Amino acid sequence: MNAIATIAGREIRDGLRNRWALGAVLLMAGLALTLSFLGSAPTGVVGASPLEVTVVSLSSLTIFLVPLIALLLSHDAIVGERDRGTLLLLLSYPLSRWQILFGKFLGHLSILTVATVLGYGAAGMALAFAAGEFDADSLGSFARMVGSSVLLGAVFVALGYLISATVRERATAAGLAIGIWLVLVLLYDMALLGLLVADQGRTISAAAFNWLLLLDPADIFRLLNLAGLSKTSLFAGMAGLAEQVQFGRATLLTALAAWVAVPLALAAFVFSRKEP
Amino acid sequence: MTTSPTIFMEGVSKRYGESFVVRDVDLSVAPGECVAIVGHNGAGKSTLVKMALGLITPTAGRIALLGENPAGRQAMAFRRRIGFLPENVAFSAAMTGREVLRFYARLKQVPLAVADRLLERVGLAAAAHRRVGTYSKGMRQRLGLAQALLGEPRVLFLDEPTTGLDIESRQMFYDVMAELRDGGATLLLSSHALSDIEQADRIAIMKAGRMVACGALPELRRQADLPLRIRVHVVDGTAAREFTARRGVQWLDDLRFEMTCADDGKIETIRSVSLLEGVSDIEVMPPTLVDLCDELTREAAE
Repeated sequence: MNAIATIAGREIRDGLRNRWALGAVLLMAGLALTLSFLGSAPTGVVGASPLEVTVVSLSSLTIFLVPLIALLLSHDAIVGERDRGTLLLLLSYPLSRWQILFGKFLGHLSILTVATVLGYGAAGMALAFAAGEFDADSLGSFARMVGSSVLLGAVFVALGYLISATVRERATAAGLAIGIWLVLVLLYDMALLGLLVADQGRTISAAAFNWLLLLDPADIFRLLNLAGLSKTSLFAGMAGLAEQVQFGRATLLTALAAWVAVPLALAAFVFSRKEP
Repeated sequence: MTTSPTIFMEGVSKRYGESFVVRDVDLSVAPGECVAIVGHNGAGKSTLVKMALGLITPTAGRIALLGENPAGRQAMAFRRRIGFLPENVAFSAAMTGREVLRFYARLKQVPLAVADRLLERVGLAAAAHRRVGTYSKGMRQRLGLAQALLGEPRVLFLDEPTTGLDIESRQMFYDVMAELRDGGATLLLSSHALSDIEQADRIAIMKAGRMVACGALPELRRQADLPLRIRVHVVDGTAAREFTARRGVQWLDDLRFEMTCADDGKIETIRSVSLLEGVSDIEVMPPTLVDLCDELTREAAE
């Protein structure tokens, strides 16, 4: 346990030294503030609270930005240490490889959590000062959005490790990370949409469609935040989808957690097999 | 425990596909002993060290480190008592020397005060608060030694430990090594530098994955039975010319000639040369380590 904490501590310190954490916080806070103030202008007409609008716009931001930051942090975790020559020494120390991996995971996740909470929190606070009171409902969905953003980040940190443990070259890891980001964040949805249009509902049932959505962590995140709430889904353009989806919040969270656990376990397995 | 070997290898081989990186190596190192592995790049030295550490598993053969399988489950416990200085050691550049050493001390569960003392021991106390990225090669190497010394190791693996070190740092290295051996620690080092190898009790010569010879330096010299060279300087060559003509010795230039002789004929040759008139200096040059390695490798191949 001590060894895991030591590794996590080093990753956090490294993140702070390299201005990684600072950069992530500033980027997220900057974009979040911009989005929430641009988005809050027309809310009076729709009758939605400004925080609810912000949840919608920040969710969309999360889907693009958080996986990117997570992959940037994680894709280099093992292959980079191997390349710099620090891995061999670390492996000769009294700690197992899964402890190294898990320690790094905790460290990187901490950086990501701090960046998300500070970045989005700043946007939320600024809105609170600008608009006054919020109802508990909106605050709840805001908190859930921040929490699920961190969980989505964890998914991509785990995927980054899987890449990093598998490949031999840093450049390959970077390329694969970009590829995974493109596929899961952009292309999968487009492909699914194309499939639905081409199929015209003949072979793909609503149930099958639901399961297809669970195959992409970004879609699970979307369902969790945009379709799960009756008020937000209305103006997030997800209302039609929300009626179709039969999964409860617990199922979606479990699916997202599985998206963390499976790649992380696979990464640990590959790492334990690899010769340094 | 005092008599059983600290490092024990029997018939150890490592194969990647069809090619052997290490082939059928036997080695046994006793507590308090220092063995140097010598060989060209790619001879399998680093692979042998990695196998002894349990970082990679051999294709065939048996390895025991402190009586245990280094790649086994119980390895975690005794790794605390093992020091390793990898070839071209590297550390995260953003951390200071003190932070690096404390990080490794925590992993080995060594008190942090010990880490600070070791930093002083290797002469890095003044640079303790500088980032490792600003360190010179020699300073990084000394930091590498410091981390290998954490936890009073009973076995140390030093892979090319003195590359990039100046004479002063080298001497510090040798002092530390002598101290460790006096304390009963076992040392296995791989090196090209003759001064490193002279610190060792035994030398193991590797060639293309095989261990072609293993023994103390004088023993290996006897085994190779290479002639040594005697270079003679003269101020006036007239007397010597007659002597060299009789023996068919070539002159290097007007005032120097060089002759070879077998190890057991050394004294006699020196005596006869020193009696010549006009001789000002006699240099005795034993076969170099490279000559020795080549000769023993050739003998093993035959």
